[in-house]
Amino acid sequence: MLQYFRKIWRDIGRPSVHYSIGALTLGGFIAGIMFWGGFNTALEATNTEEFCISCHEMQENVYQELRQTIHFSNRSGVRATCPDCHVPHGWTDKIGRKMQATKEVWGKIFQTINTREKFLEKRRELAEHEWARLSANNSLECRNCHNFDFMDFTAQSPRASEQHSTSLASGVKTCIDCHKGIAHELPDMAGVEGY
Amino acid sequence: MNRLNWTVTGFGILALCCLTLVAADEIATLRQGAAIDEEVVAEAIPRVIDTDVRPQRNYPMQPPTIPHKTRGYELNLQVNKCMSCHARTRTEESRAPMISVTHYMNRDGNFLAEVSPRRYFCNQCHVNQTAARPLIENTFEDMDVLLEKRSEKEQED
Repeated sequence: MLQYFRKIWRDIGRPSVHYSIGALTLGGFIAGIMFWGGFNTALEATNTEEFCISCHEMQENVYQELRQTIHFSNRSGVRATCPDCHVPHGWTDKIGRKMQATKEVWGKIFQTINTREKFLEKRRELAEHEWARLSANNSLECRNCHNFDFMDFTAQSPRASEQHSTSLASGVKTCIDCHKGIAHELPDMAGVEGY
Repeated sequence: MNRLNWTVTGFGILALCCLTLVAADEIATLRQGAAIDEEVVAEAIPRVIDTDVRPQRNYPMQPPTIPHKTRGYELNLQVNKCMSCHARTRTEESRAPMISVTHYMNRDGNFLAEVSPRRYFCNQCHVNQTAARPLIENTFEDMDVLLEKRSEKEQED
């Protein structure tokens, strides 16, 4: 076995005997494009709502709750899908989040939330992960659509415009500080600041 | 079946038809004049008033109405979204009115540290208002108006 790896290592280190440098470069280039395209396609395929709710854990719990909210159905018909809020749109952050999300594969295999009861029991912990993430990145996913610079305070209710023009504008608060549970039901909120 | 039976059945059907007509007439008033087999087109859902202006109460004991939208506000055993602004500990930041002291009283009149369980479900008494036209005219008169009327009457007498 060790011999075999040694041979491969030697072969890699040696110059090519049969193929021209042009063929190798071009071949590598084409293979690179194909690999990159394939990788991105696969990545984007996992970044759809269809993919998320292909697991019953998501389909029967969080997705059903989302359907009741303004992020699913509203007057103008613009809606948010799972990855819009749960996956950053920038590439680097997206890859980081996707690597984190491999934990969810573990959860699926070991059935950590495969029943409603288990899900409810774990909901506080899962919710806290999301709150922590959104607090840390200044509610980046909210701001992909809700751009503060283009908010019309005059079109908001007095209460909302007051809070948005003070606490949010000064950066003391971020979206998630007040808008928890806007797309899903909340867990037991005992001890959460502001509840 | 003999003839008598047919007659009885015939009368029965006739009577039923009459009853249905009467019933339809009675129901018609509640159904905007539509017959029982017609489908009435529902009116558009009116907008919820969202002015944040605290409305005057019609009588001192009236639970104040909610002058803002509450769509999606969760109110269950795990969360009470209303209290995230109206709780005693939250009012400084939210500048919302604190729930009145009676909400902390249990039925024996003792004050509790937290909102009393019997007062927990806010929307049992407090509701949004919509900009809908009233279905029937409201002749309610404030007690101040009543007192004024009486004093006017006494002066006349």
